[in-house]
Amino acid sequence: MTDQKKVFPTPIADPDTEQFWSAAKDHKLMIGSCKSCGEKYYYPRGMCPHCGGSDVELVQSSGKGEIYSWSVLRRAEPPFAIAYVTLDEGPTMMTNIIDCDLDNLKIGQRVELKFSPTEEENGAPVPTFKPV
Amino acid sequence: MSINGKAYIAGVYEHPTRKAVDKSLAQLHAESAMGALADAGLTKDDVDGYFCAGDAPGLGPLSLVDYMGLNLKHMDATETGGSSYVLHVGHAAEAIAMGKCSVALITLAGRPRAEGMATGTAPRNYGSSAPDVAFEFPFGPTVVNMYAMCAQRHMYEYGTTSEQLAWIKVAASHHAQYNEHAMLRNVVTVDEVVNSPMISDPLHRLDCCVISDGGGAIIVTSPEVAKSLKRPLVKVLGAGEAPKHQMGGKIDLTYSGARWSGPLAFEEAGVKPSDMKYASIYDSFTITVLMQLEDLGFCEKGEGGKFVSDGNLIAGTGKLPFNTDGGGLCNNHPANRGGLTKVIEAVRQLRGEAHHKVQVPNCDLALAHGTGGSLGTRHGSATVIMERE
Repeated sequence: MTDQKKVFPTPIADPDTEQFWSAAKDHKLMIGSCKSCGEKYYYPRGMCPHCGGSDVELVQSSGKGEIYSWSVLRRAEPPFAIAYVTLDEGPTMMTNIIDCDLDNLKIGQRVELKFSPTEEENGAPVPTFKPV
Repeated sequence: MSINGKAYIAGVYEHPTRKAVDKSLAQLHAESAMGALADAGLTKDDVDGYFCAGDAPGLGPLSLVDYMGLNLKHMDATETGGSSYVLHVGHAAEAIAMGKCSVALITLAGRPRAEGMATGTAPRNYGSSAPDVAFEFPFGPTVVNMYAMCAQRHMYEYGTTSEQLAWIKVAASHHAQYNEHAMLRNVVTVDEVVNSPMISDPLHRLDCCVISDGGGAIIVTSPEVAKSLKRPLVKVLGAGEAPKHQMGGKIDLTYSGARWSGPLAFEEAGVKPSDMKYASIYDSFTITVLMQLEDLGFCEKGEGGKFVSDGNLIAGTGKLPFNTDGGGLCNNHPANRGGLTKVIEAVRQLRGEAHHKVQVPNCDLALAHGTGGSLGTRHGSATVIMERE
């Protein structure tokens, strides 16, 4: 079964994440990076969830990674693949696998970033992934 | 300071309804409360502590306290989803041990069927102010596909199979056949589970729990009150609670917060998993049970598939009888929150009041464990260990 176009709700930005969604409009996937402990984290936020530091910044991800886990919700209309993808930079993030054969997804499969538009006009796109 | 021996479970009640079109949410809470008080031999005027969670309508505990006309010295509306009520038993025991109250009432109710809620397959939006929502909701996380990703990863890392998961449903169905209130009373086979329609890979329809309206209540009391009543004495030996979350993206879907709540409860109780004669294990899905059994220490991590196979969870034949009321998988999952009914069936077992076909002989030690939220994202785990005195 091939993946069909899913309608993505537009994410609502807040002061903590405005910069992330603004970068998403330029098709850049940003992740949190802590200047105190050096850890990368996701989702991005104004404090480091590892050391508690507030000296944090957004850094751009390569957009490359592999499927950590996945599931196709067969009961949805249309069916779609949700996944956790582990980025090459380290953090694992929730996403959808798109432009794929829904019957042929595998843990460990290499995937790359492809932003998907969302339902509101001028709304930020969301970071989805497709098989390499 | 420990709660061991400082509190008793004196009353429990499981509302018999499974579809409540003719009852309000507050009414279901109140009927459950009165049922548990009657079971204990107490009245509402004896209640001086009240515990509820996010299923309670209105502001925290206040609307239901008002509806039931309670006069209280202590209240607690800690919300950790379906595990709340297991956690509340521990909190109630703490409050009683501290002398803050002596008769604590815990209630749960909900009507997802009457309201036509797409419980498992529709994404739930907890509001845009929850910091994770923008990063998750657009991708369609539902209850079932989140637990499915846990199962998928567990299979990948440990070789767990759909047939092994199916044994959990098979065991629950063996128990449910004796429960006149259970929604699914037909005994099912491993083949029937793995051949039921795929809902979200690798979870089939029969890997999922029922969706039911209903409710329940628990009365936790001081030792003095419990000993003044005419019910078997069920003592709280230990309780543990822990959250598990995404750890900033260091996500590991193969274990649950039971890894932490379990040892805390066992340590306080001074017993070990192999001492348990019976276990109530949260069963939103088959995978939920398997992961928690491992995390609670009933078997090694990754060995859950072997542990649950061949009827090992079936009362009378297996080593660890579980969810002898049929659990959430076959009996009842009121309000999409199964923690409270886990405590109720454990109490029935300890009192010797379970159905005679599933009653564990000389059941003097039992565990109830709940998970609330999602194993796939963030959840609260709560474990309670009880002893028949």
